Amino acid sequence: MLTKGKVKGVISNLVIVEVNGPVSQNEIAYINLDGTDMMSEVIKVVGKNVYVQVFESTRGLKVGSEVEFRGHMLEVTLGPGLLERNLDGLQNDLDKLEGVFLKRGQYSFPLDNDKLWDFKPIAKVGDIVSGGSWLGEVDENYQPHKIMVPFVMSEQYTIKSIVAEGKYNIHHTIAVVVDKDGKEHELNMIQKWPVKVPVKLYKDKPRPYKLLETGVRTIDTLNPIVEGGTGFIPGAFGTGKTVLQHGISKQAEADIVIIAACGERANEVVEIFTEFPELEDPHTGRKLMERTIIVANTSNMPVAAREASVYTAMTIGEYYRSMGLKVLLMADSTSRWAQALREMSNRLEELPGPDAFPMDLSAIISNFYGRAGHVVLNNGEEGSITFIGTVSPAGGNLKEPVTENTKRVARCYYALEQDRADRKRYPAINPIESYSKYIEYPEFEEYISTQISSDWTTKVSDIKNRLLRGKEISEQINILGDDGVPVEYHITFWKSELIDFVILQQDAFDSIDAVTPIERQKYILDMIIDICNTDFEFDDFNKVADYFKKVIDICRQMNYAEFKSEQFDNYRSQLDELLQSKEV
Amino acid sequence: MAKAFQKIYTQITQITKATCSVKATDVGYEELATVDGRLAQVVKIIGDEVTLQIFQGTEGIPTNAEVIFHGKAPSLKVGTQLAGRFFNAYGDPIDGGPIPEGEEVQIGGPSVNPVRRKQPSELIATGIAGIDLNNTLVSGQKIPFFADPDQPFNQVMATVALRAKADKIILGGMGMTNDDYLFYKNVFSNAGALDRIISFMNTTEDPAVERILIPDMALTAAEYFAVEHNENVLVLLSDMTSYADALSIVSNRMDQIPSKDSMPGSLYSDLAKIYEKAAQFPNGGSITIIAVTTLSGGDITHAVPDNTGYITEGQLFLRRDSDIGKVVVDPFRSLSRLKQLVQGKKTREDHPQLMNAAVRLYSDAANAKTKMENGFDLTDYDQRTLSFAKDYSELILSIDVNLDTDEMLDTTWDILSDHFRPEEVNMRRELVDKYWKK
Repeated sequence: MLTKGKVKGVISNLVIVEVNGPVSQNEIAYINLDGTDMMSEVIKVVGKNVYVQVFESTRGLKVGSEVEFRGHMLEVTLGPGLLERNLDGLQNDLDKLEGVFLKRGQYSFPLDNDKLWDFKPIAKVGDIVSGGSWLGEVDENYQPHKIMVPFVMSEQYTIKSIVAEGKYNIHHTIAVVVDKDGKEHELNMIQKWPVKVPVKLYKDKPRPYKLLETGVRTIDTLNPIVEGGTGFIPGAFGTGKTVLQHGISKQAEADIVIIAACGERANEVVEIFTEFPELEDPHTGRKLMERTIIVANTSNMPVAAREASVYTAMTIGEYYRSMGLKVLLMADSTSRWAQALREMSNRLEELPGPDAFPMDLSAIISNFYGRAGHVVLNNGEEGSITFIGTVSPAGGNLKEPVTENTKRVARCYYALEQDRADRKRYPAINPIESYSKYIEYPEFEEYISTQISSDWTTKVSDIKNRLLRGKEISEQINILGDDGVPVEYHITFWKSELIDFVILQQDAFDSIDAVTPIERQKYILDMIIDICNTDFEFDDFNKVADYFKKVIDICRQMNYAEFKSEQFDNYRSQLDELLQSKEV
Repeated sequence: MAKAFQKIYTQITQITKATCSVKATDVGYEELATVDGRLAQVVKIIGDEVTLQIFQGTEGIPTNAEVIFHGKAPSLKVGTQLAGRFFNAYGDPIDGGPIPEGEEVQIGGPSVNPVRRKQPSELIATGIAGIDLNNTLVSGQKIPFFADPDQPFNQVMATVALRAKADKIILGGMGMTNDDYLFYKNVFSNAGALDRIISFMNTTEDPAVERILIPDMALTAAEYFAVEHNENVLVLLSDMTSYADALSIVSNRMDQIPSKDSMPGSLYSDLAKIYEKAAQFPNGGSITIIAVTTLSGGDITHAVPDNTGYITEGQLFLRRDSDIGKVVVDPFRSLSRLKQLVQGKKTREDHPQLMNAAVRLYSDAANAKTKMENGFDLTDYDQRTLSFAKDYSELILSIDVNLDTDEMLDTTWDILSDHFRPEEVNMRRELVDKYWKK
């Protein structure tokens, strides 16, 4: 018997319901308003009064309206066919909803009921399986999509029967398993999982170490992120958060990319809808959309569903990770999610923490970041979720609760700087304040030295030192004047400018410069290190600037040219000539 | 007057400065009501106690006042008769004309399904190079002017509105001075554009809380013309800071815990609901929003401009340039996020790189200026950036410029060639070879 209730009070999207039976925290309930069922979630219980947050507008809702509880938490449906979907925060397929405007109480199934999938069994009759075990696989946009024993099945089961290779829809029974009491369970290709509960069906969660290429030089070369790593990008508006995030999601070498557009601009999502089906994945040559899932809860969509959207995205990520795939999850922006928590906490009249955010904000953020990671599955295969979140600090002030709490848990920090953005030095990631903890991992060092170059990390730290030195000198020049410092200082300063212009700055809108494969990054790094290690002699600081501007100009022309093309080699010879003319 | 089927309640249990509570049943959330003849809206229901927000304030409301519920949320009758008319915050005519006929639509309606939106792609030419060249506007965009109250944003907005070739211009005035209201009315009337104008006006003489209705009224009318008639509608909202102030008054009176700068915790969502109504619709219609957010002493970290900046697709800053004695569109702090959708696509190929190069050199000039002010010797390059900056301000950034886009690009190349050598501009070689003025 499911519990029922009646609406007793309404304060914006917080509704008080008087119930006639048991309910659980976070249980889903539907409120009936003139024949429309609106979804809501239990967030507080006081005696017979249950407080629910409604995922819709409550306009017109009256006291006495019927409420029906569903006996489960907010859950997502997992199965083949999620790729290429445009979902909302509650996993409705937005393309299936009718009309230009979103209607209240309109929900849609996120998968295709009838599509036939080419199923190939992996397990066989008699195998002992448990939640997450691979039964077979289907081909989903060239990805081996594993059909698994539902995660909720926590015991051990014996496979009694499994279908032969063939075409089946998602509802077709593909296997029958028997539990220890002899009870049979029929399994098809879909399963459900509550979004707020992490999927922990893996053997081990080792430290991540494999470089995840993003094609963004200032990230890959200077502060790399790894498969299964976590990172965050704080930045005031206008510093290029979204352009950077879109760039990473286009270029990153991942099997699956999930973009959670959480409380941000609708036109940014439209950009993804419009461009991704046309653009190619630089690693496989297939359409970007084929590996992408969009979870869109834009800023004008209901606030409560905004909070749900990041969990929905993470759960889908965990599903694909359990298939042994490399998942990249991007959430833009986690601040909007925190604000959704704040709005609700405020309506519940909870005592506020810093900046009126709820007291448990820090725990919520760290638990969420903790769901990312590189795992070894029970069958020995490996999968990963790399999570990069953006943070939109109020007033651009990084000493605010969301930034501070995120900094404690994320291992990579990409600080977008207003000053760089103002000077159009994009991406505006501050090279000195930003960091990647992974570059210090011995596992990473070993990986990178065998995969790319043995002295990679030494070179990178040389580059970082030069940038820091350049900054110090530029401050000294500002105080003492150009002729107040020795000419050598100018040379050192301009070497750091060279690094800035050629490695750090990258034109996200140029077809070639936008993405730099790691091989090319190695070439550029070596080239720049060579120039930096060259001794130059000038008798006048003006000549230093003139000379280095020419060097920078040629290097940038190289960045705009196809790697190792004739044009590229031409610029390289021009550069070598220019360097030889000044070398001591 | 009360109609026959409407129930009248008289049991007022609580009165605050902006709200009153009444014992009533069968009331819908956000429903409109009349309390002692004043319009009010339901903001909270607990059991049989209904809390109403009274837009005009509660001065003089007696505890036995008549409360009549209207059975609907605030609404507007939409139809072609709206064109050319002036209304107050409730959608009642203030120009002495008849009440327009049309279908009654609740304001603050649902959001557009993001997958039904089209990517904005039509350039809005304003002739002002500081906008068209550096911060190109696109139809379907939402962008505010961040301006101190003494800056001429109303003049610039009126110019933009008239040059933008919109089918309808909807003016939403919130806490606008009567003088500014008359300014707009005059400018539009002189330009012979009155039949394209619809105005919803709350001036400083009207109750502050009424302002809360203005953006939704304006945008409901805009959606009607954009969706039903496939028109390109330009909505001007001035001033959104006054709107946010009204929100904070209400939340304060409702005992909500304030967040930053005494603003309600839901400010971001409240503003987003308005600005996100800007859209390019699949049928060809569009809503573009140009708003004003007044700043206090240029402080953009205040909660209102800060939240706005995260919602809108860029922002425009005006600044008085003392070197040329004119108001310019500040190229550093201004940004149009949608510009790359049209720059180099609907405009000439050299547009994106040329624009960036010029702004970068302008920023070098700012550094040179600092050096000069600190008493250091200037290099030859510094001198050249300074003279470049002066020309660039005068011929491009000043708000009195009126050029078409190609002329803006040619002028910029001219100025660059006058002051720099090709390798100093850091652009793709092919572009420099093609456009550099020899």
